[in-house]
Amino acid sequence: MDKVKFAQQFIAAIPHARALGMELTELGEGRAVIAMPYDEKLIGEPKTGVISGGAVSAVMDTCCGAAVMSHPAAPGATATIDLRIDYMRAANPGQTIVATATCYHITRSVAFVRATAVDDDTDRPVAAATGAFTVGQS
Amino acid sequence: MARPRPEPAQVVKQRRDAALAALVTGVPYAQFLGIGFDRRGDELTGVLHFDDKLIGNPILPAIHGGVTAAFLEMTAIITLSWTFVLPAIDAREIDPARMQAGDLPRLPKTIDFTVNYLRPGLPRDAYARAIVSRSGRRYATVRVEAWQDHRDKPFAQAAGHFLMPPQDSKGG
Repeated sequence: MDKVKFAQQFIAAIPHARALGMELTELGEGRAVIAMPYDEKLIGEPKTGVISGGAVSAVMDTCCGAAVMSHPAAPGATATIDLRIDYMRAANPGQTIVATATCYHITRSVAFVRATAVDDDTDRPVAAATGAFTVGQS
Repeated sequence: MARPRPEPAQVVKQRRDAALAALVTGVPYAQFLGIGFDRRGDELTGVLHFDDKLIGNPILPAIHGGVTAAFLEMTAIITLSWTFVLPAIDAREIDPARMQAGDLPRLPKTIDFTVNYLRPGLPRDAYARAIVSRSGRRYATVRVEAWQDHRDKPFAQAAGHFLMPPQDSKGG
């Protein structure tokens, strides 16, 4: 089974990724793209219908992990060491969130990842993330 | 000078509990994740009720890192909101019945949030408490810690900055 197919099935096998309707749309060479459709259950600010920062965190974390796993130097499973998210603006209610993560450096023990999340207005990111992930035995 | 009789403690407690319940149930994402809050005086403890849909690693199994982050962030936001909602409830400026009907105060907005993952989140309930390090008119700094079986062995901790809602939009 090729690596992309394996990773797609792996994402589909994550109960929480499935619960949030995440779909892996691109994967390879330390880069991953995951889409998460808008849903009322994701709302964090009831007055405006804007989705919760926590939901953006979930798609960012999953996307960063997928990017690490897809890196040619990564032996497989990974776990988040730390993840920082900057929330630049409220996501537009009703629009799909698309996260893109890049594993820009990897050592035998640690993978360093950056990610951004956008909605339909792709020129103005909703959030940016930076994190460190385990490589190999965690 | 005649002072009004103080309200019975039970009435005050009921009003505070009703306001907290309305604040938390008003956030759909908190409901989706199964997050509730325990209150002891002004201290809140977030409770994440375990469910299979919270799993991120089915092999270990372990709670999804995004769930952990969301739980910590929700605990930070509700604890921070409580610092201005509780005084308004006690001063009778906010009516819990109107909150329950959907007239909720605006919540603080997250500016940034950093989570440290210390150990895997086990497939069972989790708890979290937030400490408001500093809360000003516009900005607040909050740190928060989550644990499961042992309070002194947290599985995640976080720190974040928040933009406070404008003072005139308390609602209710």
